[in-house]
Amino acid sequence: MISTIPRDPGGAEESALSPELLVRLHDRMLLSRCLEERLIRMNKQGDGFFWVGGPGEEALNTALGLLVHKGQGPAFDYLHLHYRSTATLLAMGAEPIDTLRQMKNTATDPYSAGRNFCNHYSVRKWNVAPVSSPIEVQFSMAIGTAIAQRRTGGTGITVVQGGDAGTAEGDFSSCLVWCSRPSFELPCLMIIANNRWGISTPASEMHAERNIADRGAPFGIKSAVVDGNDAESCYRALEKAMDYVRHERRPFLLEAMVSRLYGHSSASGANFVPDEPDCLVLFEKKLEERRILTRTAMDELRAKYTQQLLEASKRVREEPQPRGEEIWKHVFAEKDVVREGLGPRAVTRNGTH
Amino acid sequence: MATLVQAIRLALHVGEERHGVTDIFGQDVGPPLGGVFTQTQGLRSAWNSPLDERGIVGAAIGLALAGQRPVAEIQFCDYAFNMVDLLKLAGGICWSSAGDWNCPMVLMTPVGSGIRGSIYHSHSFDAQATRVPGWKIVMPSTPLDAYGLMLSAILDPNPVMYLAPKALLRTKGAHFERIPGEPEDERVLSKMIDAPLGDRSKWRPEWPDVKDVLVPIGQARVCRRGKDVTVVTYGRTVTVAMQAAEALAAEQIDVEVIDLRSLAPYDWPAIEASVRKTRRVCFLNEDTEVTNFGEHLLRRTVEELFYELEAPPKLLAGAHVPGIGLADALERASVPQADKVTSTLRELARHQP
Repeated sequence: MISTIPRDPGGAEESALSPELLVRLHDRMLLSRCLEERLIRMNKQGDGFFWVGGPGEEALNTALGLLVHKGQGPAFDYLHLHYRSTATLLAMGAEPIDTLRQMKNTATDPYSAGRNFCNHYSVRKWNVAPVSSPIEVQFSMAIGTAIAQRRTGGTGITVVQGGDAGTAEGDFSSCLVWCSRPSFELPCLMIIANNRWGISTPASEMHAERNIADRGAPFGIKSAVVDGNDAESCYRALEKAMDYVRHERRPFLLEAMVSRLYGHSSASGANFVPDEPDCLVLFEKKLEERRILTRTAMDELRAKYTQQLLEASKRVREEPQPRGEEIWKHVFAEKDVVREGLGPRAVTRNGTH
Repeated sequence: MATLVQAIRLALHVGEERHGVTDIFGQDVGPPLGGVFTQTQGLRSAWNSPLDERGIVGAAIGLALAGQRPVAEIQFCDYAFNMVDLLKLAGGICWSSAGDWNCPMVLMTPVGSGIRGSIYHSHSFDAQATRVPGWKIVMPSTPLDAYGLMLSAILDPNPVMYLAPKALLRTKGAHFERIPGEPEDERVLSKMIDAPLGDRSKWRPEWPDVKDVLVPIGQARVCRRGKDVTVVTYGRTVTVAMQAAEALAAEQIDVEVIDLRSLAPYDWPAIEASVRKTRRVCFLNEDTEVTNFGEHLLRRTVEELFYELEAPPKLLAGAHVPGIGLADALERASVPQADKVTSTLRELARHQP
């Protein structure tokens, strides 16, 4: 049941990604890294109370963002992400300045209007369910969107992502159980970004299974392990997994071995971790070797993004903060925006689910 | 005359036929059982879930986000405690996303004592439920209210918790409180919609053509008008308060009984108007008394209506012990009984300021 997707042996394989796609992957990975570095700096300068994010997950998360069928409603992919999913949002087309706004908790923050930590996204028009700080609850919510998509048919799938530590929670088991019930399998892709840490606790103190992907086997859920530090492998593994879920309408469990390059969060210092592989460095080396991008071009792009984000952070600093009396807004919804957004034909009523 | 549990079933039927309910689910909710209290028999959208409260609530959230209209059930509220953080999640989806999403779902669960359910089938949930902002919370005590509140819950764009007092599920309403369209003869209704004992595989209900009746969420009902003392209550203890009021009528003490029906939002104007009239008030429920919802109402009464009062306001609630014991004397000692309610209201009425 487990198929380990091999790392790219060096560019000679027949399914090589096109140079345009590789450049696109690199561009979004780099932008995401520059954005995280800006967020960390903002936090250290006092422009934002807390940082948590995904440096080290860019290869995996950028590929996911580029492969998502983006849109609103069950015909498109639902995303139940975690707070390390920055690159996924950027690859989908999110504006980096909006992440800075959430970091600075401004009233203009489109994801939470200054209510939530940075990288806690919510984009209804793209089916991005609100990201919350608990590291497991998305696995329970994902069951529901997947049931809706099983019912509506089509090719929309549910993607749920979490870390390795969160798989100890019951919600991960819930997702395995509900997605694999005989005659009621759900089109759900579960992605585990395994960085081998739960804040400060190493994997060896948390779980015994060799691969988290192995947990799919007893449920008959196909699974794979991929090198999360290799952008091309991630892209191919996700493409294959998503294609399977999209067309077979069955669940898949993908485990990506990733790095955690700035620690858990600002609470642990958010300092660069030099002894873990860096997916961006590895990818740039490969692009340079294959003469797809030059070192100079990549350095210039990094400098450009760094400068743009610096300027954006200065603009954000001047934007208004939410007012205290706004706490009373949105306690209750006045309108059913979810259903209104889907239009009259989107909801299927079917007693036999 | 429909019983309270038949009224719930009729409302769910109307919900799935006319108001877009797509899923009615939980443990033992689907056929053949149709709910441990028969509340979901014969409904075409009813299905059985795994025995997994976190999965049930998570699935309901996900279904709501995908534009479906779920009614999920926790079989007994005593089993809701392992998913309380998911209540926070659902209640916070609109607020934390600053109105980007709403979460239209109904979560129903039987609550309270009265069926000799011992430690894990007698708990109340109103104190817990009212601790979770972002939820609307309703609790009927009559079949017509059970029907109308369920329809309002289904139509609301927010998460609504529907607390069903299990001791009242088999009770009938007053004659004038008929659900429009229900058969005159209760035996006829039973034959139409109650599943037979034994093999039910061929059975289909014959639904009466009941009309829509909406009981607005947030609106209390004055069950009995009185001028001497007010009792504010909800759920099972409404019937206890009515017994006490009848007993005290013989002593020329005129009790006003308010059935709150909704705990969030609650009808403060109704409480205020009654307290200004009688100047004596008792808050009555059966959840444990420490950090009890009645305490909140009592605090607000003291803060806002202190100079209207002619007697110290009272709270009658459950004993703050870990469970409700099985033996008759243990249960009676744990939750307010008619004799205690009667004597408390008598003392309030006779209190000399």
